[in-house]
Amino acid sequence: MDRSILDGYDPQGLYCEMLRSSASHVIRERLSALSIDALKVRAAAANAELYNLGITFTIYSDARTIDRILPFDVLPRILSADEWRHIERGIIQRITAINLLLDDVYHDQHLLRDGVVPAELILGNRNYRPLMRGIDLPHKTYVNICGTDIVRDERGTFLVLEDNARTPSGVSYVVENRHMMLRAFPDLLDDIGLRPIDNYGAKLIAALQEVAPAGVADPQVVLLSPGTYNSAYFEHVFLAREMGVPLVEGPDLVVDDDRVFMRTTGGLSRVDVIYRRINDDYLDPEAFVPESMLGVPGLMRAYRAGNVALANAVGTGVADDKAVYAYMPRIIRYYLGEDPILPNVETHICREPKALRYTLDRLAELVVKPVGEAGGYGITVGPRASLQELDECRAKLAADPANYISQPCVNLSVAPTLIDGQIEPRHVDLRPFAVTGSSTWVLPGGLTRVALRRGSLVVNSSQGGGSKDTWVVE
Amino acid sequence: MSDVLLARYADCIFWLARYLERAENLARILDVNETFSRDSHGGQNWRSIVQLNSDDERFFATHSAATAQSVVKFYVIDGDNPTSIVSAIRYARENARTLRPLISTEMWVQLNVFYNRLAALGEGDLMPGRLAALFGSIKEDCQTHTGITEGTFFRDQGWYFYQLGRYIERADQTTRLLDIKYHLLLPSPSAVGSPIDVSQWNALLRSAAGYHAYRRLHTANTTPARVAGFLLLNQAFPRSLHHCVREAGRLLGEVKSRYLLRHGNAAAEELDRLRGVLGTLDISTILGEGLHEFLDLMQQQLIAVTRDLSIAFFGYSPEASQAQTVTPQ
Repeated sequence: MDRSILDGYDPQGLYCEMLRSSASHVIRERLSALSIDALKVRAAAANAELYNLGITFTIYSDARTIDRILPFDVLPRILSADEWRHIERGIIQRITAINLLLDDVYHDQHLLRDGVVPAELILGNRNYRPLMRGIDLPHKTYVNICGTDIVRDERGTFLVLEDNARTPSGVSYVVENRHMMLRAFPDLLDDIGLRPIDNYGAKLIAALQEVAPAGVADPQVVLLSPGTYNSAYFEHVFLAREMGVPLVEGPDLVVDDDRVFMRTTGGLSRVDVIYRRINDDYLDPEAFVPESMLGVPGLMRAYRAGNVALANAVGTGVADDKAVYAYMPRIIRYYLGEDPILPNVETHICREPKALRYTLDRLAELVVKPVGEAGGYGITVGPRASLQELDECRAKLAADPANYISQPCVNLSVAPTLIDGQIEPRHVDLRPFAVTGSSTWVLPGGLTRVALRRGSLVVNSSQGGGSKDTWVVE
Repeated sequence: MSDVLLARYADCIFWLARYLERAENLARILDVNETFSRDSHGGQNWRSIVQLNSDDERFFATHSAATAQSVVKFYVIDGDNPTSIVSAIRYARENARTLRPLISTEMWVQLNVFYNRLAALGEGDLMPGRLAALFGSIKEDCQTHTGITEGTFFRDQGWYFYQLGRYIERADQTTRLLDIKYHLLLPSPSAVGSPIDVSQWNALLRSAAGYHAYRRLHTANTTPARVAGFLLLNQAFPRSLHHCVREAGRLLGEVKSRYLLRHGNAAAEELDRLRGVLGTLDISTILGEGLHEFLDLMQQQLIAVTRDLSIAFFGYSPEASQAQTVTPQ
């Protein structure tokens, strides 16, 4: 028998998603039948096809558009059915708590009165939207689409790193990566009990129709995008197609008599549910940023009148704030009376003097994150930082401690990854996607992001990250 | 789920079709010119292409003479020239990007690959020995688009607006082609009947893919009047003005009644009137009253139809539609 392509692979003592998984046996066997050259050829063909299909995110420079694909690694990340059941239960629990939290925050605020979370953390949060106070949403669902970032530590424990409860992206890559694997590696996937993922669009539109205003028989759903210049435009197209709904931009919509319409060839046509991929700030120039060209004047009036549903709801940003995240275990216990199924990464809230002192004392061991940033920006990874970077971080912490949290440096699990014709360990995370209408459904697997730079722990696409197909295997 | 079509999508699909048709026509003209211009008319012919597109000013701002090399470069690979093939396909692809929820994946992928191939062309690809193959592949890519669209595009409102764009652009291109060539080859009306260079008239027919059809119809001599009559009035030739106008009128009537669209009556009446005119005129009358004036009038009326469509269906205000019909998006 030929040497397996995994023979020389050494995870260097880190938790390996492939070697440690009880479900990867058949796949490892099949991989061993492939030569590294054959793997390289198929990987190159797969990446070329992604480019031709235009499964790209867009970068703009010198007024010209550059389309980049999210680099795709062909070696899948494997999850066993047991591992997945655990993750799925944990996510459903978490989203249930988040929706209860938001309903409470925008109604009676029991949680603040009971002192579970400091009131200023919620009411002083820049994503808190006072105009949501007292609005009753169908099924009390605020977060219809959630992406939960999960990492795995060196002992193999799954930990929640971040909740993305505003406009999480990446699900299009999950489905397109699978399509790519089905074309490039039919021999690998054959008959292994792989959970299918191609019903995401059907589940999404069903959930969106469930939250339509009461009494609408056949609700018209649209997807609201900032337009072709948005870096996630491909995903907006993907989702609109999967749901079979119009992809609209702000100027396509008009509000008349607190009702929302779209401009069509036949005149104005009623819109009932908007899956919006625009941040709160830009949704309605009458209510938020007045110079927004992306939004729809009067949209919030129609929303408050209950004539249109927005997904996700306005004001969900208070729930996925990095400072509020630290309280999530307590929030779960408060609303559900249960312990969290998926623990948080231990988090120190630097607005609290004790935590600030702890952070400053152990800066070189900790990861320091600004609470308001996304995309991996502004993070200082203590063990990897230079003395100068640590000094800069210290200064920023001293100047504005409330803007930061710190966490221990989790040694993320790794997965074998094809790098320059070699199989090497690279750190991965996992972003499962959950859809909630009247109840919550989680897409099996999710987006596995991989830090392609050796030793890097940052998996974001803007920072040299790629992706893998994620297989939940029976 | 629903039969509605966003006004913006109707606009984009209309122009997507127009840009593809425009690129194909330009490739045809350049191809035929390349093949048949190695004679006494050669230099003039390249100049005529610049005139055909009303690009004199922009072209001579950056080029001293209309040589084969400079004109081909200007119209094939010059991304700064909005009337080049690469620009037309870039606009088409940008529209396709917007339209991805509506068009088939195959349509998008083919346009994406087509554009990436064009964008990668350099001057080395424009060497005389390679041009015929290049124009051939551009035409074929345009026709592949047409075929993929025919075979995969869902037949709802979008399909009608796509075809409307195609026929209106084709009608316009045919009038422009005839206009410039006719006057180049026959400078004065009094020259009618004088000895002519038959090969040039055949070349004109070839650039409109009409040579063989014309031959089947007119086995005898090639005359300027017959060629003009064929390109304008023949009812069976797919690139004739008459055919395109009739098809556009039929499509508009159908989409209006099938989808109960209340607007667009002005465009429908205009197309109906044009069809009536083309069905009753004969070529000698047109030539007698002045071909150029006639073609100019036709072009003006096609622009008016586009303006009516823009206001009726694409969500343009009357003021904005004025600018939109003359500037590529």
